Parts: sequence; C-alpha cells; structure tokens
Amino acid sequence: MNIVTRTAPPPISTLIMRGLFDENPVFRLALSLCPAVAVTTSVKNGLMLGVAVFVVQVLSSVSAALIKNIIIPKIRIPVFTIIIAIWVSIMDMVLAAFFPAVYGEVGLYVKLIVAFAIIISRMELFSMKHDVVPSFWDGFGMGLGFLVAMLLTGAFRELLGNGSILGFQIVDFKPLLLVILPAGGFFTIGLIMALFNWIDLKRGKEPPGGTGCGGCHG
Amino acid sequence: MAEATVLNDHELLVEGTLPIGPEVIRLVRADDADILIDITGVKSGPEPGSFIVTAAETLSGQDHYLLNIAGSDAAWSIAPSAMAILVSVIISSALINNFVFTRYLGLCCFFGVSRKRDTAIGLGLTYVVVGVLSGVMAWVVQTFALGPLSLDFLQIIAFIGIVACFVQGADMIVKKLNRVLHQKFGIFLMLITTNCIILAVPLLNATNEAGFTEAFGLSLGSGLGFALALFLMSCARERVDMAPVPRVFQGLPVAFILCGLFAMSFLGFSGLSFF
Repeated sequence: MNIVTRTAPPPISTLIMRGLFDENPVFRLALSLCPAVAVTTSVKNGLMLGVAVFVVQVLSSVSAALIKNIIIPKIRIPVFTIIIAIWVSIMDMVLAAFFPAVYGEVGLYVKLIVAFAIIISRMELFSMKHDVVPSFWDGFGMGLGFLVAMLLTGAFRELLGNGSILGFQIVDFKPLLLVILPAGGFFTIGLIMALFNWIDLKRGKEPPGGTGCGGCHG
Repeated sequence: MAEATVLNDHELLVEGTLPIGPEVIRLVRADDADILIDITGVKSGPEPGSFIVTAAETLSGQDHYLLNIAGSDAAWSIAPSAMAILVSVIISSALINNFVFTRYLGLCCFFGVSRKRDTAIGLGLTYVVVGVLSGVMAWVVQTFALGPLSLDFLQIIAFIGIVACFVQGADMIVKKLNRVLHQKFGIFLMLITTNCIILAVPLLNATNEAGFTEAFGLSLGSGLGFALALFLMSCARERVDMAPVPRVFQGLPVAFILCGLFAMSFLGFSGLSFF
C-alpha cells in the first residue's frame, strides 16, 4: 500500500445503498457484531449506539481522508486507531453528559466502538484511496447501514421479547421471551441474515457466502 | 495482624484469646465498614489460642472482612489469598461470564476466524499471549499514571494506543527474530487490534479498580475463554460445512444459530461457584 492509487469515486447513491444493503456492516460483512447482539434488547439502546457509531464513522472516514498523504504507510493501523479513539472519547463524554440513563446501560459498548472492525476497515479500504467528499458519503452510508441494522434488530427483539416498541406497550404479553435473553441475540441476527439472503435470492442474485473479518485486513 | 479464616458458611476461625462474649465482637465487610454483621455466638476453637465466631448471615471466602474486639487493640483482616482470587477470577471470566457467549465481545474476529480449526487455534493462542501482556501493561498505566493524575478521560486513547503499539511492535520483533513463527501467527496479530475483548478487559479493570491479581486474572481468563469459544465453534462449524443447510442459512446465518446454542449451554455455568 505504498502507492496510493486513485480511482474514480462511485456515485453517492451507490455508496449509500452499499452501506444499507449490499455491504451492510452487520448483516453482510458481519463486522461490529458485539454491540449488535449486546445492546439491541431495546430500540432505545440500539438507537443510541447506532447514532454514536454513525457519527464516529463519518468523522473518522473524513479524518483519514484528510491526513492520508502524511501517514507513514507502515504505521497506518495505529494511527487510524488513535484517530478513532479520539472521536470515540469525545462521543463518549457527550453521551455521558446528555443521556446519563441510557449511557449507564450501554456505556461500555460506546467505549468499545474503538475496536470496531467496520470503522477501521472503511478507513483502510476506502478513505486511503479517495478524497474527502466521497469518504464522507462512504462513512455516511456505512454508518447509516449500521444504524438501520441496530434499529431493525432492536425493534425485533423488543417487540417479541417485551411486547413493546421504544418503551410503548404494543401487546399486553411477552410473545417470545427467548429473543431478549443472551442467546436470543445470536438467533435474531442469524434469522435477519437469512432474511437478507432470501431477499437476494428473490431478486435473482446469488447471496454471498459467509465473509468475515478475514478480509478486512489485507 | 493475626490469622483468621472463613471456616464455613457461618463460622470464622480466629487466632487469639477468647473474647468475653459475642457482643464485643465487631465484624464488618471491608467495602461497607458501617454495617455490622450480627454475631450469634463465640466459642473456643479446636486448638488453644483460637476461637470460632458464628455470624448470622452467610459468609463467603471470596469477600474481605474486618474483625475487631471492642475495648481492645486486637484486629483481624480476613481476605482471600491471592491464589484464590486468581483462580476464581480466571474461572469466572473464562466459563461463567465467558466474554464471547455471555458478554458478546470479540464477535467480529470470532465469526471471521472460526471457520477452520487450525486458524482458530492460532488466533486463540496468539490472543492469550497478547491479551495478558497488554492487559498487564494497561493496568500499570492506569494505576500509576492515569489514576493518580485524574486523567481517566484519556482511558480509551491510552488503552487502544497500548494495544495498537504493542501489536505493531510484536509484529516487527517476531518478524525479525523468527520468520516461521511470523508466517504462522503474523496475520492474527493484526486481527487482535479489532478484537473488542482486548479493550474491554482494561476498561473493566479500571471501572472495578482491580488490583494486580484481579487484572492479571481477568486478562488471562478472558483470553482462555475466547480461545475456548473459538475452538469449540470451529469444531462445530467444520461439521456444519458437511451438513445440508438450507440455501438461505448457509454461511454466517447458521453460524449465528450455532453460537446461540453455545450461549444457551454456557448459561449452565452460571450456577458454578468456587470457595
């Protein structure tokens, strides 16, 4: 990666659609899974972490695009990590100050955004090769994809496990308590992933075989 | 300070002269020293120069108690031994609160690497070594630099900086010293930076204000737990690859379902307790 190769950036709509569906960070790339399972017991928690990741992703992608020419390629991973850590620290303090109640529940996971593979892999795979504006939209799409994934999982689990959405009681009973238990998070993600594959099959496309973190660090 | 140990659920064996009655004995937990634990009786112990105190509530060998006698200087501190703490923290973080199956950390690497048994073992081993070393380093930085200087808000940057620099450094050193080893484990070293567990351990240690033994135990236990989870999962996935899985569930979806089944079985460890 010594020579920074410039390729023409894809259009904005492609970048956003890619983050939302084709390369959805949670359901397709299977990155950043820890919070997707851990905090999605309710929509509110999922929303908070989703927004936090969205902001950090956009800011980190832009930062990486800004300084890509002055980074020594050999130590780019530690540099990226520190950039993310700075934004996460700021985000962490903002959330702790303005939303103390939700922060109490998901605080540890907000701090752990630093170690999310998705953010660093977008910096490495996209921001290093493109300018600031496309990097912004790439971060925007990926962050949005993550946010939507968190909301989807959170809504599914809160509705089935607790009978409510965003704290409002929809039905009077708890239809399927299992999904809110620790193991239920894994089942939920597995089912939604299968749903994504099913949609792909209906659209006449081959669903991707399981990728994973193996591809995120070249 | 004389010796005192927890004998069983309600009794303490204390070295010293028998006090005049249960009412002069003050027994408290070290972390809330204001709340007295009711003492129901005191009797002489099996050996001369020792006595047994009976408490109303259940005592645990893992807690830290302070005992003193009103009107005298005699005081005892009943703390579990370092070895007991170490073993219980390791068991607890590796099995009861396994980081992968009950706290959902480290999943990114977990699903990427658990497809083949060889790579799973490789990453597991690398992770245990790097996790322990970086956990200890982070503890040193937290205890001697960040804590005393009230720089707690720098925790995230400091800890991830330690991990990233350590991983990069280890990569360079291993590359120079032993090429074969580097070819085998080098790729895993880079993966570790994106493993949440390696960052969660120092953050949890800092939040709990852990001592060195606990910090070391948590680093080692979480590493062993991760390696165990990775190994189990890789064995299961190798078998599932042979099985006729429905088309939409192939690949990752079925891996998640498997992981959920493992998580359910790990719930069984939650009743486990030591000492």
